[in-house]
Order: sequence, then C-alpha cells, then structure tokens
Amino acid sequence: MRPKRRRMAFLSVGLVLLGIAVALVLVALDDGVTFFYTPSRVEAKNVPAGQQFRLGGLVEAGSRKTLEDGVSVSFRVTDCIRSLPVVYKGVLPDLFREGQGVVAIGRLEESGVFRADTILAKHDENYMPKDLADQLKEQGQWHAEGGGKPCAEAKS
Amino acid sequence: MSAEIGHFALIVAAILALGQSVFPMAGAVRRHGALMALGGTLATGQFVFVLIAFGALTWAFVTSDFSVANVVQNSHSAKPLLYKITGVWGNHEGSMVLWCLILSLFGACVAWFGGNIAPGLRARVIAVQGMIGLAFLAFVLLTSNPFDRVNPMPPDGRGLNPILQDPGLAFHPPLLYLGYVGFSVTFAFAVAALLEGKVDAAWGRWVRPWALAAWSFLTLGIALGSWWAYYELGWGGFWFWDPVENASFMPWLVGTALLHSAIVAEKRDALKSWSILLAILTFSLSLLGTFLVRSGVLTSVHTFATDPERGLFILAILAVTIGGALILYAWRAPALKGGGLFRPISREGALILNNLLMTVAALTVLFGTLYPLIVDALGLGKISVGPPYFNATFVPLMAPLILAMGIAPFLPWKRADLAAAFGRLKLIAGVTVVVAAMVVFLEDRYSFAAALGLGLAVWAIGATLTEFSGRIRLFRAPLRDSLRRATAMPRSAWGMTLAHAAAGIVVAGITVSSVWQTEVIRVMKPGDRVEVAGYTIGFDGVREVRAGNYLARRGHFVLSEGGVAIASLWPEKRVYLPQRTPTTEAAIRTTWFADLYIVLGDPHGEAGHAVRLYHNPLVPWIWIGAVLMFLGGAISLTDRRHRVGAPRRSARPAPAQPAEA
Repeated sequence: MRPKRRRMAFLSVGLVLLGIAVALVLVALDDGVTFFYTPSRVEAKNVPAGQQFRLGGLVEAGSRKTLEDGVSVSFRVTDCIRSLPVVYKGVLPDLFREGQGVVAIGRLEESGVFRADTILAKHDENYMPKDLADQLKEQGQWHAEGGGKPCAEAKS
Repeated sequence: MSAEIGHFALIVAAILALGQSVFPMAGAVRRHGALMALGGTLATGQFVFVLIAFGALTWAFVTSDFSVANVVQNSHSAKPLLYKITGVWGNHEGSMVLWCLILSLFGACVAWFGGNIAPGLRARVIAVQGMIGLAFLAFVLLTSNPFDRVNPMPPDGRGLNPILQDPGLAFHPPLLYLGYVGFSVTFAFAVAALLEGKVDAAWGRWVRPWALAAWSFLTLGIALGSWWAYYELGWGGFWFWDPVENASFMPWLVGTALLHSAIVAEKRDALKSWSILLAILTFSLSLLGTFLVRSGVLTSVHTFATDPERGLFILAILAVTIGGALILYAWRAPALKGGGLFRPISREGALILNNLLMTVAALTVLFGTLYPLIVDALGLGKISVGPPYFNATFVPLMAPLILAMGIAPFLPWKRADLAAAFGRLKLIAGVTVVVAAMVVFLEDRYSFAAALGLGLAVWAIGATLTEFSGRIRLFRAPLRDSLRRATAMPRSAWGMTLAHAAAGIVVAGITVSSVWQTEVIRVMKPGDRVEVAGYTIGFDGVREVRAGNYLARRGHFVLSEGGVAIASLWPEKRVYLPQRTPTTEAAIRTTWFADLYIVLGDPHGEAGHAVRLYHNPLVPWIWIGAVLMFLGGAISLTDRRHRVGAPRRSARPAPAQPAEA
C-alpha cells in the first residue's frame, strides 16, 4: 500500500473506532451518570422513585438507628433545610459519624425512603464532600470552616 | 541541621538542572562534543543532590525531628520505623521530592546507560530531562518546601493517616512514580527527535527499553494500589473507576500502545511519527494525573492538601509541556518520512489496531474522568460518572483488542494471510466458543458479560500458548529439540508470551470475581455459624487488643470445610491513637483460586456483631496476572537487543532520513 493510501486507511479506521467510541460514550452517559442532590434539591427537582442518584448532606444528630435485622441502619441526611430518611444494609464506613458529611448512592423508594447501595464517608475526619460543601455554600448554609458545623446557625 | 542541608541540596539540584537543560542542548546544536558531554555530568550531579535532599528528609522523619513542619504533620514518634520511612512520601511535599528523585534518576540513567545512543540525540534527551527536572524542582522549592521549620517545636507529631500505614501502600507510590516518571524519558526522546528533525529505526530501538521499563513499573504500581484498595478499604472490590485510579490507568493504556508502536518503528521503520505522538501523550497523561490528584479538583485519599497555588503551578507545567510538545510536533512531524510499506492485514496492521483501540479506550476513560468537571464548570449541576459508564465504554473496546492480541503474533510482517492464522487457531477458537456457550447455558444466572469475559480469557491464554508451542515446535519435534528452541528463543519473545497470557489471566480474574462474588451480611453472635461457598464459618467472639499505636477489637472466625477446621481469621476494627481515626482491617484467606474475605462491623445487641463476608473466586488472578505482566516486561528488558552495547547506529546501514525543513 502506498504511504498516502496507508495513512488514509489508518485515519479512516481510527475515525470509525472513534465514532464507535462516541456512540458508546453517549449511550453509557445515559445510565452511567449519577446526579448529586442535597435533600432540598431532591424535593425541588421532584426526583422520581427508582432513579439512581447521590444524596449528600450531613448525618442528622441522633437519627442513626440499627434496624431489626441488625445489619441494616437507618439515619436521616439533612442539608439544614430539608432532611431525608435513608436505609442502608451493610457495614458503615469507618468515618461515618452523626453530624458529619456523608454521600449515599442509591434510589428513592415509593415510600419516600432513600435506599442506599453505597455509603461514602471519606478517609479524613474533617471530610466534607466537595460537591456538598459547594451546594451548601450556594444555599447559604455554609458557616463554619473545615466542615465543622454548617447547620449550627441555621436553626431558627 | 538536616533540614537545611536538604533545602540547600534541592537548590543546588535546581541550578544543576538549569545547566542540564541549557548546555547539552547548545552543544547538540553547535555539534560541540564537550558541551554535550557536560549534560551527563550535570544529570549525575542533579541526581546526587536530589538524593542528598531526599536522604535529609528521610533522616528528619526517622529521627522524628519535630522542628520540621512536614514531620510534625505526618509523623509520630510512636510509629513503627517502616512507616516513619514511608511517611516521607505519604504526604504532598515529600512525595514531590520522591518524584524529583526518580525523575533525576532516569535522567542520570540515560547518561549512564545510553552509551549506544547517538551523541546528538542523547544530549538533547538529557537536556529535555533537565527541563522537566527544573520545572518540578522549582515547584517543590516555591510551593511545597518539605523543609519548612516550625517554631516553637511541638512535643510530638500528628501521625500519618492510618490507612496509609500499610506495607502494600508503602511501596505503591515509589512504583507508580517509577512508571509515571519513567515515561518522561520516552517523552524526552520524542521531543529530542523532533528537535533534531530525524527519526529512524534506531530511535525505535533506543526508546523501547525505556518505554518497557516505565510500563512494567506502572503495571506493578497500579496493581499494588488496587490490591491495597481491595484489602484495606473493606468493600471487597478491587477497582472503583475512581478518578484517581483513572489518572494512573490512562498513561498505562497509552503507554501500552507506545510499547507496541515502538516495535513497528524499530523493526519496520514505520509508525514513527505516531510513536512520537504516543510518547508525548503518555507523559502528558501522567502529568494530567498528577494535576488532577494534587490540585484538589478531585477529593480523594490522594489529595493531601488542596492549595490552589500548587494546582496553578502544576497546570502551568502541564500547559507548557503538553502545549509546547504538541506545537513542536505539529511543526516538525510532517517532515518525518514514513518507512516500510505494509498491507492492512499484517503484523503492522494488527499493532495499529492495538494502538487505536488502546488510545480510544484511554480517550473514553479521559472523557468519563473529566466530564463531571466540565459539567460543573458549565454550571449544569453536580454529577459523577460511575462504573456503569466505564463498563459500558471500556469493555466493548477491550473485547476486539484481546481478540486481536491472540491473532497478531501469528501474522508475519508486511502482509499476512488471516485465514492461515485462523487455521492454526481452530482448536483454541473451538474451545473458546464451547467455554462461552457453557457459561451461557449452564449458568443459571444467565450472563452475557460472564460468557464474553471468560471466552476472551480462554482465547487470550490459549492463543498465546499455541503461538508459543508453535514457535518451539512442541510435540512436533522431539522434546529435547523443543527445549532447545525454547531456551534459544529471544527474551523479548518470552516476555511477550508471558505478558499476553497474563492479560488473559487478569481478564479471567476480573470476570469471575465480578460475576460470581458471594456476599453475606448478617449479625453473628459467638457460636454462630454461616455457610459461604461451601465453607462453614464459625464466629468465636471479639476481644480487645492493644498494639503499638492503635487499639483494636479483634474478631475470631474459624473456617471449616466438611467439618474440619482449616483456618482462623482475625478481622479487626482499629482506632489509631494520635488522631483517634478508626480503620477496618479485613481478614482474608487466600488460595490460588479464591479469597474468603471477612469484615467486622459494629456491635449489635448483646455480644452480636454485624459481619460482612465475601467469597471472591479467582480474585487472586488479577494480581498474579499483573505480576506476570511485570515479569514479562522485565524479561523482555533483559533481551540482548535492549541491553547496553546493542549495535550502534553506525554499525548498520540505517535508513536515516534527515528532515527537509
């Protein structure tokens, strides 16, 4: 094959592959992307039951309970304006604490309970998920530094 | 004192790096031998002084010198010695010094072992290494000085993040950096060749060992990181498509493509311009990874400190390096002449397919990694791109890659007969189809992914072994003859066989462990038993233990099979003392074929504990495969052709093609 034709063949195979990749990406983005909401956003957006998303907020103080089966836990996630009940079956991460930031990945059930498949509480005592900090700032609920007590002054 | 010595050594190293970027380059342009030779001396000097700085920092950690801010923040006097040493790179500043150390080591290695490289090219390579070194040393000195003092001196340090106090993680950063930074050498070769305006087959031969070395270390580094995540994070998974993991995976993908295109450049004098582009892209992705991880745009365990100034500095290095190299490429590459001709169905063609698939796969990973950042920057909301995206884009691109990997070694250079190659693979193709069909029909949980994954694994391993046995004429010649052929086989062929078969092993491990994982979560009281995957696991209770710098609740589980106790497992919940940070230590019993994985959860009721048990079949194969890949690379690296003293450029009538411009 002549160099010019070879380059063309090389390019066209590359373009075809790229096209396939773009198609794959577009299809995958449909269900591979999960949105991040705080409880108020969940209400504002009227997120339908069954749609997967990331729920971020603070674990409401005093809300954590172990359920009957002993391995499921329930707690409330709050952004100081609204809160949502969350149920999770499994072992909570080491740094899960009441009053601290948490991200739960899962779906809303018809009953309005958020059923989490995964709970993230990252490996830092002062961890505040960046997305959460940003949204709390946007909502004017960010008061303390370093993820301290964002809700403290919001309670009326 | 050691802090001042270290700081001073870093400054000297930066000055030497400045000289290293100027003198050999000037020498190469003016064809001045002594100036070019100066480059090697300066590279050695830079390495020695960074080594002194690194030694000084290590000394401060080992002796718990709490007058140094970095030691205060990341160390503690009660920490075991191993973690005092690894704490040196368990933080942002120290790890950047390690980065500079490895960078200068590679620069010096080019000077030490590059005797067979044409002097002009070598001088330019060393100069480019010097520039990269200068940029990173300036970064350390200006934004991340590890030698800053604190006054007054605190009585003790704050300790190292406990999840980093682990042997697996202790060696993950150095290995990963050897890979990341190793690709700086191939980058320097690419830029030097563009500056020189000359790329020939010899260029491919000189680049290959460096690409191979960097790739091997990166493979091992990624595997170690994933193994650590598997046993330390207690989720029973080994890969989460976390942006930080992707950051190390993208250079691996493009680096793998480079490894293969350099073969074509060397053997067939073709794909040279493409190889240069790949070399630039691989290191660019390494730098991008560093930026993503260090700038704080992502939150993860790797983000030590989120300092916008540092992020900007790395972004500037990134922009200059990538932008500069790509502009140089756009300017000079069209002048590079193509070489050997070939047909689409040929080994060259197969290697091109490998290259395109690897690069496109890296692109989809890149897109998935950056997409949330783009969406956020555009103010369209907070999203994250999770495993479903990556599985849906990455896997379909890897499937044809592995198919091609099985066939390619059967194809001769220039032109090949696909039918003939398939003819030799009939048996393996049959076995592959049967295995895939068995998975589909016999498995009650019908799974297309499982059939595809296992089929590909069987195909990769089978085809590779078929090629190998064909090469040594196994069973077709007397056994002694076959053995003689095997020992006479070039090491690089051994390396390929090992690495390709290892890829199949990894695919098998990933597929089987993902599809057939068993998970049990329940509350267990002392005396309780639970059945998992044919084993009976009895819970014996929990007791408190105290060790060096942590307290722990340690559970005792007895594993039995057919009524016979075969092992004890001791999962722990620890609380590290200085910071009172809790961590989970899973207990894992591994055989070559499966892992039993137990995580102790919170207490429940009287003497009960939440317990999470996993049975992960074939999961060890993922890491066995990765280690074999590393060994494949290492064996290939010892090939005579890659060693020092390989034939010089002048020794062969090289079809050197000077650029016209």
